[in-house]
Amino acid sequence: MSKTLTLNGQMISAREGESILDAARDAGVSIPTLCHMNGVGDVGACRMCLVELAGSGKLVPACTTKISEGMEVNSDTPQLREYRRMLVELIFSERNHVCAVCVANGNCELQDLAIHVGMDHVRYDYLYPAENVDVSHPMFGMDHNRCILCTRCVRTCDEIEGAHVWDITARGIKSHTITGLAEPWGEVNTCTSCGKCVMACPTGAIFKLGATVAEMEKDREKLAFLKNARERREWV
Amino acid sequence: MSKTILIDPVSRIEGHAKITIYLDETGAVNDARFHVTEFRGFEKFCEGRPVGEMPSLTARICGICPVSHLLASAKAGDDILSVRIPIAAQKLRRLMNLGQIVQSHALSFFHLSAPDFLLGFDSPPAQRNVFGLMSSQTDLARGGIRLRQFGQTIIELLGGRKIHPAWAVPGGVRSGIGDDEINQIRERLPESIAVAQQALQLYKTLLETYHEEASIFGNFPSLFMSLVGRDGAWEHYDGVLRMVDSAGKTLCDIEPHHYADTLGEAVEAWNYLKYPYYKPMGYPDGMYRVGPLARLNVCTHIGTPLADAELREFRQRVGVDGVVSSSFQYHYARLIEILAGLERIGLLLDDPDLRSTHLRAAAGINQTEGVGMSEAPRGTLIHHYQVDQHGLITHMNLIIATGQNNLAMNRTVKQIAQHYIRPAHQANVPEGMLNRIEAGIRAFDPCLSCSTHALGQMPLHVSVLDANGQVVHEKMR
Ligand code: SF4
Ligand code: SF4
Ligand code: FES
Repeated sequence: MSKTLTLNGQMISAREGESILDAARDAGVSIPTLCHMNGVGDVGACRMCLVELAGSGKLVPACTTKISEGMEVNSDTPQLREYRRMLVELIFSERNHVCAVCVANGNCELQDLAIHVGMDHVRYDYLYPAENVDVSHPMFGMDHNRCILCTRCVRTCDEIEGAHVWDITARGIKSHTITGLAEPWGEVNTCTSCGKCVMACPTGAIFKLGATVAEMEKDREKLAFLKNARERREWV
Repeated sequence: MSKTILIDPVSRIEGHAKITIYLDETGAVNDARFHVTEFRGFEKFCEGRPVGEMPSLTARICGICPVSHLLASAKAGDDILSVRIPIAAQKLRRLMNLGQIVQSHALSFFHLSAPDFLLGFDSPPAQRNVFGLMSSQTDLARGGIRLRQFGQTIIELLGGRKIHPAWAVPGGVRSGIGDDEINQIRERLPESIAVAQQALQLYKTLLETYHEEASIFGNFPSLFMSLVGRDGAWEHYDGVLRMVDSAGKTLCDIEPHHYADTLGEAVEAWNYLKYPYYKPMGYPDGMYRVGPLARLNVCTHIGTPLADAELREFRQRVGVDGVVSSSFQYHYARLIEILAGLERIGLLLDDPDLRSTHLRAAAGINQTEGVGMSEAPRGTLIHHYQVDQHGLITHMNLIIATGQNNLAMNRTVKQIAQHYIRPAHQANVPEGMLNRIEAGIRAFDPCLSCSTHALGQMPLHVSVLDANGQVVHEKMR
């Protein structure tokens, strides 16, 4: 069933059960996202896609909020723009990304977003905790300095590959991704070395071993393709 | 009353340094020191990072010679992977290093040092720079700028960009070179060779003019060290690391993995540079020089016709029994190396191996220790890494050209100061004299951002002291 709602003053129609994000994209309006990835479920981890609901003035994540009839949504207000910029700055202040020597330099969703929101400096103090790098896996590596805790790897490995190697441990600023039961990745025997999490990761946190600066290019649509093809039984 | 004269900062060298001259009671020079006050912490912060990241990380030590670090680091990485890299990768790396030597030497000679030779050491400081050179020696300055661009173009065509190309990797290189690029380089070779030859001709006409400078700008016997081909030929990327004595006789060939048995590193409280020395002779007697002058003193020949002819003339004109001891002649050596580099580039361009598409050997971590050496424009560069079983850096030591020339630079400053600064000057030393001291340092083309890569303390401040510790004079420019 089709529903009608208002997005940035324009009437648009959307399918029942659709998220605000999908409805907006169908209508040609782009909303910045970071933890959202086509092919896996949404969790609302990054808050980049926050939109404003008219009336209440409430801010909700577009990726996890379903549309409803008569809804009035604003996705681009000065306040939202400011919040998005603050969010990106907070991410950069939290860990030391060292873009200049990153495997994903130039192919990084976080970098793209920083440019998109116009981040020219970071207003917060840098925390830069000494994070470790796990290169125990024979093919891939994980650099926690560059992880933004979007959980794409967690969802990809669980929902698409079905191996559920990744998880998040602890809370708040202490949160970390872990592999297996917080073991070195190379010792987790459920990992099939399929490489899907490498592709899913929006930054250079998960990388192919031996890759050097700006060498990681990721084809994320392949993941959505795999998932859809399987669900729609396109191969049988 | 003894006085101290400081020159800070030394202009037209890369990085930040200062020179202190200690006068005795009569106003004559008692001692002189060359301090480096810049601070970089590379060896420390590379710890914990994957070895594959080192070429691009360490290339950031220096904006002037990133390629040298890139190559030494990639070679240390090759060693840790225990691979013999594909032949094309090896030759492409050589090509890039030659481009680097040409561009860096061109910068040193034409942009930084030629103003002194051609406009005179006593010419007004405001004109004694590349812009002043531009207006009085337009053709030479232009040619020099184009020569530098030529070297940079090679680096850019191979690595994708001029500065910090993350192109060499443990196991090989990331991309090859096509016919278009090869032709682009080839087209500009004749012009570049002509510029190098003109500069050499001009330099030789100045040998008389600067006879006095040449005799006291770091003119003393010392050991020399550089890579050299197994047949004795001039080398910049591979071969053996050789130490020769002041008469040019081979003292030893140094095993890369055991360099620390032969090379010691002393530390002085007043300087952030480390002081490498030849261990068997102790510190500071084991002073040795690296760089263009050392390479030409260590090799038996260059292996290309134009450069070999120049090498013979060089040894006859400014050498004693074939060994050139004056640091002033680093400039001369640099010009010959530009020519040698250009000729070798020409040979490489014709090499069919260059077009091979097999560029990178794949391997895991097979050793926990690796040493990589290359000849940077300024001298031998050593990268030494220790890694854990997964290839994360646990320890790093970098031995850099300017550090190795440190002892010789100090000797040079003292020699020049003693010659030019007379008691009659009191502390008010004429500008031209100070410029000569700077020029003595600049002959080594020191790259100070590289050589102070190690963790130290913050820079010293400027002061001129007499015997009572009173500030009496400062010279800043
Ligand atoms: S490689 Fe595949 S199985 Fe292993 S952690 Fe990544 S997504 Fe999961
Ligand atoms: S490793 Fe990558 S995909 Fe996983 S949470 Fe961190 S940033 Fe997201
Ligand atoms: S994309 Fe919606 S919260 Fe991250």
